[in-house]
Parts: sequence; structure tokens; C-alpha cells
Amino acid sequence: MSSAWLAIALAAIGTFSMRAAFLVAAHRLADVPAPVQRVLRQIPPAALAAIVVPDLLRPRDHLDFWTPELAAGVVAALVIWRTRSTALTLVVGMVALVALRHL
Amino acid sequence: MAAPTVREDLRAGARAVAPMLVGVVPFGLVAGATPVTHGLGGAVAVGFSVIVFAGASQLAAIDVLGSGGSAFIAAVAAWTINLRLLLYSASLAPHLSRERLRTRMVVAYLLTDQAYAVCISRWGRDDDPHRRVPYFLGGALLLWGSWQLSTIAGVLIGATVPEDVPLEFAVPLVFLVLLVPAITNRPAVVAAAVGGVAAVVGAEVGAGKLSLMVGAVSGIVAGTLAELRWPPADSEVATEPSG
Repeated sequence: MSSAWLAIALAAIGTFSMRAAFLVAAHRLADVPAPVQRVLRQIPPAALAAIVVPDLLRPRDHLDFWTPELAAGVVAALVIWRTRSTALTLVVGMVALVALRHL
Repeated sequence: MAAPTVREDLRAGARAVAPMLVGVVPFGLVAGATPVTHGLGGAVAVGFSVIVFAGASQLAAIDVLGSGGSAFIAAVAAWTINLRLLLYSASLAPHLSRERLRTRMVVAYLLTDQAYAVCISRWGRDDDPHRRVPYFLGGALLLWGSWQLSTIAGVLIGATVPEDVPLEFAVPLVFLVLLVPAITNRPAVVAAAVGGVAAVVGAEVGAGKLSLMVGAVSGIVAGTLAELRWPPADSEVATEPSG
């Protein structure tokens, strides 16, 4: 239990620091330098793929290209790509996974 | 600054964020239910939502804790997911340069994907800088309240979720929801591909949850190099304030 609260404290300190990093200096920051922006722009695709891809390719902690998780993930990716609806993607992804697991 | 204008701006911000609640509420339910189904308890769920207040990272940290990982590894997983907040902070900062530090710190605590998305598309066009913070707060506070209430609702229903419902699969699904729209150009494809493959390779060679950080850093480096090779058109560069 205390490990969970320690995780909350550490996660919160780091998260707030990232949110505040540039806002804290905003008064002397006319603009963020272009090279810094170039690096920052890569963060969303890189960081999000780093968590999604292992969850789909190694759902049981070993590499496997034929899993219900990967198939359901591909279906969900198509749904979010076409509709941009978070709710629909969550529902379709979950239903697809349950259906594929019972095949 | 007249009070009616502030109220009007608060309402405008809330109206802009309102349609996004359709996605936020189910996500909040999962953030509330998952710690309960992992045996961490409802107080931890609410603690994450109030103190960390960053949905996807909460699920990543809970995932680590639920599988027996340490607090530090859980925090590293959360930090990795939240790296993108650095981008939002950098992108909004030039628009808020006139605000007091205290105001900017409140904005920082409430900064989310949704609040960022509605503000960046408006600021720099509408140009009364005094009206930016009320607009941000209108959207961000509506989101904050909805997130806390849906977390609590998730805690209450968490224990009643049937075994067959793969709630843990909501974690990669929520990240997919953020990932797919983030792939906007060739460098982003490179960043995502390298990030994903490096994370898998890292996990295969035994880096555990640190493979997340390995993947993210590799993807960022690869994406930056790709952007130097193929510079994006100005219209694709969403982080540059247009004002």
C-alpha cells in the first residue's frame, strides 16, 4: 500500500515538473527555440508507441505475432483513425478482444 | 477586466471541452476501477486522479504496481507517458508570458491533452491575451471535475466488473487513441516505429518496464533525425504559436 503512495508522489512530482517546465519560464521566453521544438515534437509518437506496441506484441511477456490483443489493437486503431472517437474505440477494442479470446 | 467577460470566457472554454467528455468519462471509470481490481484500493485510485491528474500515466503506473513492480518503476512508466506534457508546456508558454507565476502554476497542474487541444487552436487567433486564462480554466476545470467524479464512480463499480471484461486492455487502447492522431507526418512515423520496436527489443532483452524509456528515447532521437532529413511543412508544425 505504501509503495502505491510512494509511486503517486514520485509520479506527481515528475509530471508537475514536466507540465511546469516551460510555463515557469514563460515571462522570459518569447518563443521556444526551433531545435528544442523539433525534439519535443517527436515525443508523442515515440513515447506512446513505446507503451502500446509491447502491450500488443508481448501481452504475456514474450514476443508473439499472433495474439488476440494485436488483432483487437489493429481493429481499435482503424476505429480511432476513421472516427476519432475515444468511447467507440474503447468499446470496439474491448468487444473485439473478448470475441477473439473466445474463438 | 470586467467580470461578465470572465464568465463568458469560462463558459466558452467549458463549451469547447464538453464534447470531449464522452471520451474522458469512460477513461476515468477505468482509472477508478483498475486500481480496485488490482487490489490497490479506492483511496489509491482517487489519490492518483487528484495528485497526478494525468489519465494515461495513471493507468501505466497502476499496471506496474498491479504486476508487483516497484514504486520507482511505476513512476518511470508514468513519466515516460507524460513526456508529451513538456511539448504542451513549451507550446503554451509563449501565449501566457504576461501571467503571474502563480497563475501559470495553476495552468501547469491542470494541463491535459484536451485543455491543450482547445487552447492551441484558439490562442494566437483571438488576440486579447487577458482572456486566455479564463478560457483555459473554463475547459480545464470542467475536465478536472469530470475526471474526479468518473474516477470515484469507477472505484464504486470496480469490484462488480465481471472477470470476463478485459479492463486491463483499456490501457493500450487509451494510448492508441492518443497515438494514432499523433502520427501526422514522416518523422512521426519514424519516431513511432523506432519507439515501438526499441521498446519491444528492450523488453525481450530483459529491461522490464524500463524498456518504455528505452523505446521513447530511441524514438525521439530517430524522429529528430528524420525531421532534419525531411523537414515538415509549416502547416504540420502544430507547436509553433502562430501569434
